[in-house]
Amino acid sequence: MIEFKSVTKRYPDGTVAVDALSLTAPTGQITVLVGPSGCGKTTSLRMINRMIELSSGQILIDGTDTAGQDAATLRRGIGYVIQHAGLFPHRTIVDNIATVPMLVGWGRTRARERAYELLERVGLDRRLARRYPAQLSGGQQQRVGVARALAVDPPILLMDEPFSAVDPIVREELQTELMRLQAELDKTIVFVTHDIDEAIRIGDQVAVMRQGGLLAQLAPPAELLAHPHDDFVADFVGRDRGYRALAFSNAQLPALREERTVRLGAALDGDRSGAGDDWLLVVDDAQRPQGWLDLRAGHRDAAADHLELGGTTACRDGSLRSLLDAALSSPAGRGVVIDDTGRLLGTVTAREVLALIEAERERPTSSAGSTEPLEKSTPG
Amino acid sequence: MSEYFTWLLDNAGQVTALFWAHTKLAVIPLLIGLVLALPLGWASRRIPRLYTPMVGLTGLLYTIPSLALFVALPGIIGTKILDPVNVVVALTLYTVALLVRTVADGLAAVPEDVQAAATAMGYRRFRRLVAVELPIAVPVIAAGLRVAAVSNVSLVSVAALIGVPQLGQLFTSGFQLFYFVPIVWGVVLCLLLAFLLDAVILLVARWLTPWTRAAQA
Repeated sequence: MIEFKSVTKRYPDGTVAVDALSLTAPTGQITVLVGPSGCGKTTSLRMINRMIELSSGQILIDGTDTAGQDAATLRRGIGYVIQHAGLFPHRTIVDNIATVPMLVGWGRTRARERAYELLERVGLDRRLARRYPAQLSGGQQQRVGVARALAVDPPILLMDEPFSAVDPIVREELQTELMRLQAELDKTIVFVTHDIDEAIRIGDQVAVMRQGGLLAQLAPPAELLAHPHDDFVADFVGRDRGYRALAFSNAQLPALREERTVRLGAALDGDRSGAGDDWLLVVDDAQRPQGWLDLRAGHRDAAADHLELGGTTACRDGSLRSLLDAALSSPAGRGVVIDDTGRLLGTVTAREVLALIEAERERPTSSAGSTEPLEKSTPG
Repeated sequence: MSEYFTWLLDNAGQVTALFWAHTKLAVIPLLIGLVLALPLGWASRRIPRLYTPMVGLTGLLYTIPSLALFVALPGIIGTKILDPVNVVVALTLYTVALLVRTVADGLAAVPEDVQAAATAMGYRRFRRLVAVELPIAVPVIAAGLRVAAVSNVSLVSVAALIGVPQLGQLFTSGFQLFYFVPIVWGVVLCLLLAFLLDAVILLVARWLTPWTRAAQA
C-alpha cells in the first residue's frame, strides 16, 4: 500500500506541481493518475521512488516513510516503466532486463536466467534476447520495459505513460497484456496516463488530477463515469460516458436467436435467398464466425473475400457495451455472440440489448453507479 | 623516384626513431587529455552554470599558438627548453580543449528517458556514468578524439622548431639543406601516422559500440 499524506511539491520559482495530495494506492490494485498535462501526475509518480523529492508531506510504503531510506536502494525495490520504454540502447534485450538483478548483486548467470524467464512472461520470443533495443518495434520495446521493471519481482510497479508512444492497436494489446499479467502477479501499480479511456479501462481506481496538482476525484471507473464530482471531471471524462459506462455492466444474456450459417468457402444453392433476410453468417469448421455475406450481391460461394468484416463480436460473459456494439456494428443488424473459444452462440439485436439496459436500470442494486466490485471486460 | 627510396633506406634507423618519437608525443597527450576531459566534461554537464565558462575557456586555450606555448611552458612549469615534457603538456592542453566540449555534449546526448530509467532502476551517480552514460556517449567522444589525434600529429611537428626530435625534424633539416626528399618523407609519414591513429580510434569505437550498427542490420 502506498499512502500520500498531504504531499506537496513546490519548485524554487514558486510553481506548485502537486498541492497537498492525499490518496492511497491499495495493495494489489491498479491506481491510475490521469489528467491534462501540467496536472502533476508524473511528478506525483516520481515522488514515490524519490526521483523527485517532495517539499512537504509524507509518502508511506506499507507504513514506512520513504524519506528515511537510501534512494537508490528504495528504487531497486520498485519497478519502473517509463514512457518510450527508455531501454539502454547499448545493451542487449536480455541485459536490459537483467539490469536491476545485476545492480542488487545476483551474478550474471542467475540474472540472465531470470531475464529469459521474463521475456517469455511478457510474451516475447527468446530469440529477441540477443538483439539491441533499436532492432525491436515500439510495442516490443515497451514489453521489454515491463519485463525490466519486473526483474526482481518488486511488489510495487510505477508506470509513467508507458503505452502512449505506440499506435492504438498495439496500445490495446499492451493494456490487455498488462491486465493479464496483473491477474497473475497482483502488484501494487500506480499508472500515469493522460488518456481517460486507458485510465477507465485498466484502473481499479482512478485519480483525476487538475492543473496545479489538485486531486479532482478519486473513484472506481464506473463511479467516475456515472457520478463525476464536478464540471472539470465531467468534461475530462468526456462525451458518450453513458455508453462507455456500459462497459462496466454485465447482464444476463437475453435469449439469443439462432442464426442461419454457412461454412466458409461452401457453394451457395439458390434457395438461400428470399427467406426475408439478405444476410448470411459465415463460420469456419469450428463454428467460429468469420463475417457476413450479402445475399443480394449474388455471390456463388462463401469465399473469404466476399465477406463483410465490419461487425464486432461480443463474448457471452462480456459487458453490455460489447453486446450493444456488436449489434450496432453488424451489417445485418444482428450482433454476433460467441463463447470463450470463439464459437457462435447466436445473435442479438440492438433493440433487445436496449431492453436489457432498461431492465438493468430498473434494478436498483446494479445501476451503473454501484460500488460493488466490477468485472472488467474488453470491448470486442 | 629511386632517390627517395635510397634516402629512406640510408636513414631507416633515424626515421624509425623519429616516427616512434612522433607517435609517442602525439598519443600520450591524447590519452592524458582524454582522462582529464572526462571529469571536466562530466562536471560541465552536471552543473549547467559551468558549461559556458568551461567550454569558452578551453576553446580559448586552443587559440594559443602552439609555438608560443612550447616556448612559454618552460618558464611556467620550470622545465628545460628542450624537454619533450613541454610538448606533452602543451598538446595535453590542446586535447583537453577539444575534448571537454565533446565529452559534455556526448553525455548531454544521452536520451532523457534513458537517464531517467537509469535513475529509476537504482543506479548511483558514478556507476550510472560508467555503465550507462559513457558507453552511450562513445560515438560522440570517439569523433572528438579523432579530430584531436589528427590535430596532435600535425602540432607535434611544430616542436621541431624548439629542437624536440620527431618527424618535424625532417622538415627543418630539409629546409636547411634545400633538399626536398626528407621533407616529402616527413609529410608522407605524418599523414600515415594520422591515418593509423584515426583507424585505431575508429576500430576501438566500433568494437565498443556494436549496438550502433544493430539498428541498420
